[in-house]
Amino acid sequence: MSKTKQAKRPLTKSERHTRMVNRLWLLLSLVVALLVLYLLSIGKKTGRSFPFIVSINGRDSVLGGLQTMIERKALWDDFANSMICVAMGFGLGFVTALPVAFLMAWYTPVRKIIEPWINFIRNIPALAYAPLIVLLLGVGRTPAVVLIWICTFMTMCITIFHGIRNIDNTLVKAARVLGANDVDIFFRITLPATVPFILTAVRLGLSAGLTTLLAAESAGAQAGLGMRIMTLKGTFETDAMLGYIIIIGIIGTLLNTMVDIIEGRLTSWQEKREGA
Amino acid sequence: MAGEAGRSVKIQIKDVKKEYHGDHGTTVALNGVNLDIMENEFICVVGPSGCGKSTLLNILAGLHEASSGECYLDGEVIKGTDVKRGVVFQQYALFPWQTVIQNVMFGPQMKRLPKSECEAIARKYIKMVGLEDFENSYPKELSGGMKQRVAIARAYANNPEVLLMDEPFGALDAQTRAQLQTELLKTWEEEKKTCFFITHDVDEAVLLAQRVVIMSARPGRIKRVVDIDIPYPRDQATKSDPRFMELKAEIWNEVYQEYLEVRK
Repeated sequence: MSKTKQAKRPLTKSERHTRMVNRLWLLLSLVVALLVLYLLSIGKKTGRSFPFIVSINGRDSVLGGLQTMIERKALWDDFANSMICVAMGFGLGFVTALPVAFLMAWYTPVRKIIEPWINFIRNIPALAYAPLIVLLLGVGRTPAVVLIWICTFMTMCITIFHGIRNIDNTLVKAARVLGANDVDIFFRITLPATVPFILTAVRLGLSAGLTTLLAAESAGAQAGLGMRIMTLKGTFETDAMLGYIIIIGIIGTLLNTMVDIIEGRLTSWQEKREGA
Repeated sequence: MAGEAGRSVKIQIKDVKKEYHGDHGTTVALNGVNLDIMENEFICVVGPSGCGKSTLLNILAGLHEASSGECYLDGEVIKGTDVKRGVVFQQYALFPWQTVIQNVMFGPQMKRLPKSECEAIARKYIKMVGLEDFENSYPKELSGGMKQRVAIARAYANNPEVLLMDEPFGALDAQTRAQLQTELLKTWEEEKKTCFFITHDVDEAVLLAQRVVIMSARPGRIKRVVDIDIPYPRDQATKSDPRFMELKAEIWNEVYQEYLEVRK
């Protein structure tokens, strides 16, 4: 129970200890994963799909594959293109999901009309309707952005909507009896109470953006991580392919960590479950 | 007590009825409730769960509307919430993203007072509840008793004419509850605000109130009003007063009868 403002304070001994133990677990987890990958890479059948990270005994390796892609001047373009698609799709998804979620929470007709369809479309793989979008918008970046927009929008809209609906009504009542009007309640109660759900929505939305990448770039993209993975399939370059797959994973992890940091700053007031 | 000279009626509850229309038909929560609450009076309401005590408080707060009948504050019909009627909820209802001082200054800020004034008011009431050292703490860092102290300070900071309290100490352990009762008595004797206090606990009702209202369930109505003729100042020692025990036994029996009635 701290009496002072929640400023940066030095970690206590036990917190330092927990942090170190957690890091050791992470390290162990990495070692186990590398071991599994290594065993796969030396297997006769599995070795073809799963090359190891570095070259051992002159075998194909992930880093070698990526090296080739750099030499072909593809890797950077692929990365940049995909990131632009995800950023634009996610950005559009976020700025549309936020107001729609609020409208759904406030106006029953809006919810009754929109919600069933979001739930209906949400369960269809984006790859299934990707061709329709491409037919509509032509090849290039636009269909990819729109596809990511659709997927991130649905995920985030539903998450934020449920968040708004779950706001503790006692807090609204408490504000009202203290003299708050509707505008006060929106800015001082609804919005801060929704922040944790918005952050969860951002987390899920970013993940939806990345998982839609393949579908989004499946038709007519000039460059992109997803497009490249599908091209490499044709030439059996599994080393570079696995490299690209790992890159998508790393991007996802980094984005997630970013949201963690923002969450820690914005929602440190939340009661956390022990050990969570 | 009601006819005491020099005191005026603060709150008037007239023929209040409240019905809820649910999927399983209509429930009558309150029916034919009449009560006059005097200026500066401390009223406690006891009764079994489901007797509509919280409904009545919500109507007085302006958070619910009566199906028929009216409530008046100083002769004016109660409609909607108003800062004259402060509310303390059982579940504290502190804004978790705000510090103690930000919570307490919420009311003054809604009145658009300058920030320095809001802070000064908040500090005064934080001091009143003894939490000066915690003004920059977040609710999650406080114990249940401390949270309820903040909620009480927040209600007082708005300088209401009437305090409506909905089982404010219901979720606290016995020792904390006793301590907060004593503090509330002291504050009430100093500030003399009209208090409408709901509780399950007959001990608590007899200790705090000038009059105890016993409610019966299904539909909720007022069964009896008991004058508590024990002089103030009262404290925890009052609980061993013979008159206290007598009144407590009487009210307890009556509430228990109602409880058995509900169980049938």
